Amino acid sequence: MIKAILIFNNHGKPRLSKFYQRYSEDTQQQIIRETFHLVSKRDENVCNFLEGGLLIGGSDNKLIYRHYATLYFVFCVDSSESELGILDLIQVFVETLDKCFENVCELDLIFHVDKVHNILAEMVMGGMVLETNMNEIVTQIDAQNKLEKSEAGLAGAPARAVSAVKNMNLPEIPRNINIGDISIKVPNLPTFK
Amino acid sequence: MPAPIRLRELIRTIRTARTQAEEREMIQKECAAIRSSFREEDNTYRCRNVAKLLYMHMLGYPAHFGQLECLKLIASQKFTDKRIGYLGAMLLLDERQDVHLLMTNCIKNDLNHSTQYVQGLALCTLGCMGSSEMCRDLAGEVEKLLKTSNSYLRKKAALCAVHVIRKVPELMEMFLPATKNLLNEKNHGVLHTSVVLLTEMCERSPDMLAHFRKNEKLVPQLVRILKNLIMSGYSPEHDVSGISDPFLQVRILRLLRILGRNDDDSSEAMNDILAQVATNTETSKNVGNAILYETVLTIMDIKSESGLRVLAINILGRFLLNNDKNIRYVALTSLLKTVQTDHNAVQRHRSTIVDCLKDLDVSIKRRAMELSFALVNGNNVRGMMKELLYFLDSCEPEFKADCASGIFLAAEKYAPSKRWHIDTIMRVLTTAGSYVRDDAVPNLIQLITNSVEMHAYTVQRLYKAILGDYSQQPLVQVASWCIGEYGDLLVSGQCEEEEPIQVTEDEVLDILESILISNMSASVTRGYALTAIMKLSTRFTCTVNRIKKVVSIYGSSIDVELQQRAVEYNALFKKYDHMRPALLERMPVMEKVTTNGPTEIVQTNGETEPAVLETKPPPSGLQPGSQANDLLDLLGGSDITPVIPTVPTSKPASAGGELLDLLGDLNLTGSPVPAPAPQISQPPFLLDGLPSQPLFNDIAAGIPSITAYNKNGLKIDFTFERSNTNPSVTVITIQASNSTELDMTDFVFQAAVPKTFQLQLLSPSSSVIPAFNSGTITQVIKVLNPQKQQLRMRIKLTYNHKGSAMQDLAEVNNFPPQSWQ
Repeated sequence: MIKAILIFNNHGKPRLSKFYQRYSEDTQQQIIRETFHLVSKRDENVCNFLEGGLLIGGSDNKLIYRHYATLYFVFCVDSSESELGILDLIQVFVETLDKCFENVCELDLIFHVDKVHNILAEMVMGGMVLETNMNEIVTQIDAQNKLEKSEAGLAGAPARAVSAVKNMNLPEIPRNINIGDISIKVPNLPTFK
Repeated sequence: MPAPIRLRELIRTIRTARTQAEEREMIQKECAAIRSSFREEDNTYRCRNVAKLLYMHMLGYPAHFGQLECLKLIASQKFTDKRIGYLGAMLLLDERQDVHLLMTNCIKNDLNHSTQYVQGLALCTLGCMGSSEMCRDLAGEVEKLLKTSNSYLRKKAALCAVHVIRKVPELMEMFLPATKNLLNEKNHGVLHTSVVLLTEMCERSPDMLAHFRKNEKLVPQLVRILKNLIMSGYSPEHDVSGISDPFLQVRILRLLRILGRNDDDSSEAMNDILAQVATNTETSKNVGNAILYETVLTIMDIKSESGLRVLAINILGRFLLNNDKNIRYVALTSLLKTVQTDHNAVQRHRSTIVDCLKDLDVSIKRRAMELSFALVNGNNVRGMMKELLYFLDSCEPEFKADCASGIFLAAEKYAPSKRWHIDTIMRVLTTAGSYVRDDAVPNLIQLITNSVEMHAYTVQRLYKAILGDYSQQPLVQVASWCIGEYGDLLVSGQCEEEEPIQVTEDEVLDILESILISNMSASVTRGYALTAIMKLSTRFTCTVNRIKKVVSIYGSSIDVELQQRAVEYNALFKKYDHMRPALLERMPVMEKVTTNGPTEIVQTNGETEPAVLETKPPPSGLQPGSQANDLLDLLGGSDITPVIPTVPTSKPASAGGELLDLLGDLNLTGSPVPAPAPQISQPPFLLDGLPSQPLFNDIAAGIPSITAYNKNGLKIDFTFERSNTNPSVTVITIQASNSTELDMTDFVFQAAVPKTFQLQLLSPSSSVIPAFNSGTITQVIKVLNPQKQQLRMRIKLTYNHKGSAMQDLAEVNNFPPQSWQ
């Protein structure tokens, strides 16, 4: 069972924290800090497995982490999970985020915490792995987002318009339309980006 | 009231804060705005507010006032609201608040919603934080969804079912019918979660496990799925680095492990597929290794054939040589699990494991250290110890305590010679002295006392060790104790093994006094030093006055313990000077509980010596009894030593006692029996009362047993065991049986042997022999026969039969020659 999933940056600021076991809020923050201390001390070329800190259950639980650019992705698991399997799971998670956010970076995670939670909810539920197929997850997320957008009503109109134009395939507008002698010059319309 | 700001704005604002105080201020302002917005029951912006609240919660600020709002969001019709509401519920609520029960109805409705995503949200929340009451109420709905054809919902329902089972195990039966068709699905997501559900059910309940093995024929189904995965070739949707759905493969392997454990049929059914997976999986990427790792664990756990096991250990050996640290870590972990069962196979990889001790990675070093200790045996102990001592020198402080204890245990078990043992201990004390555990000191003292011939050598080395540096407390304690005991050997300079050093009595006292004075010495250490000085008063000749002075100074020490000792020693000098030599005599050899290997009968001193600091020597009288005298009389007196059998109920470890125990169990103060390591099964004490257990690891078979006595329906048989390690010891197990129609009660068996032998009787199994040969009394006799003379024995039997007391004497002369030659 996965006990907790934490994402924090190189300075220890939490970017996402999901606990699958009950801890009080203070304990949660302490766990994040303790985990950061343990993980940040690690060299680059050592193995990705650590014994858990005391707050999260000591040596019964393991911390499996991966360091991507400025972010640490840490999964705290107990002995029923395969360590190498969880490493792969982290990889799949990051690739899914990449697909959903298009070249995901830390800022995306900062500003769209709720979306990251939704993606995570499609992958891990109740501490157990739900789905590992990236395309499947992305399809579900897209469908749910569409559902949300359709409910947004008037307030969502500008956002809808922008996404509609993005998806539109504007064919090449001819610059010069020559019909016999009449030459109409089409003004240069600003391009929608 | 202006519209509350969007989450994005909030985040942007917070990020501009430069100090923690600024951030806190901004958050407090926003919290106030959110609170007033909640009070106004604003429906349109509730979702936005709760999202902001969740963000602030993640940063660590209190957000409990949003809990009810989450509930309101869940109850709303819009998907957006529901989404944030459920997320909030998962993050903010838990079983301990009563508020969560209000969710139950909402979740129930949403579980039956028309949109699958809403149903999915509800399942997700229930599966994450559903309490037992909620689970009980909603289990029926979950079960219904488990049977649906929608694969998206089915997989979520499966995991939700796992959570329900965890919270309310009694409901497991309910999900059983739904599991029948789960494995027929094509969708890998559903397959994956179904395997998780089946795993959970099998782990929780052995009945379920048996059911799945027999009725459902789970193993063939799983084998079929696994085979399809391996053979199917490239399938783009499930492919991860070239392997088809490794997550599912790993899960199936794990379930196979549970099914195959302790079950021959299932294990046989999966042997082929395991071999196939083990040989066909590509190992260049992490995914392949993950699958192989799982396969190896499964092979080791089930009843696989030996060829498969060898294959598994070889795979682990290959892992050890891999460059990837993760793989090596994983290999070391699995080897640690298998070293008990397949010891020899793991030994082959010993050199690689020892190399891992030098790795830079802390996790790998720890694993390698544990594994190295498990691999130490009689053959490789010297080489391994060298490596481990080197490791002790250079490792991080967090390892030193464990490493030191491990070295002590291994040295005790496998020491090739006493001198090597003592050298090793000295090395540990000098390098990692301050990390040694507290109970190591008495164990070491016991060890040193027992190696009689090494006393001079030991005390010299210890003296040299503390000459330069007396800051490591355990070392100083052991050293001061030894100097106190064997100071005369130290001063006389006799030592065959090493260069004798010239030490005068004054120099010895100097060192002990400086230990007493030093600030670095702990109170316990000072106690040791003072006692040592006192003991030297009988062993040294010219410095008694100096000792008297030192002792009297400490009579007014602030430390109460020291003061008490000093005062008592003073009294010893003044009033009880005649007793001083006797009290401070050399310690006798101590009873030692060996932790492994054949037990030795410890040589005892003839008299019971008093322990130090006791002012009353324990009484050492023979048990006055007419029985002893009778035997003496009957056997012509002079050449027989009578033996009093140990009374069954007395614990020999109690102090003093009136019985003359041959194996003088003197548990001296300050030297508790060492605790055995968990892997070692503790053989019984020599004075234990369980005669039916074999006391020797190597039993010479084939000594014929004899009937020693057969009269009046009472038959006594002797069976013999000889120890290969100590040929002078014979263990005789007597069995007394009763062929009459009435029980014999209060049965007591006594024996006497000629003076050249030593005899010990252990407690009998009972004192009643049931009638009609329906049971026997067993009792163990140990005979020490150092001169290999012919065994003779006189036995005396007393018992009550048919209401009257019976008594008989007999001589046993028909011992087979193999029992004493």
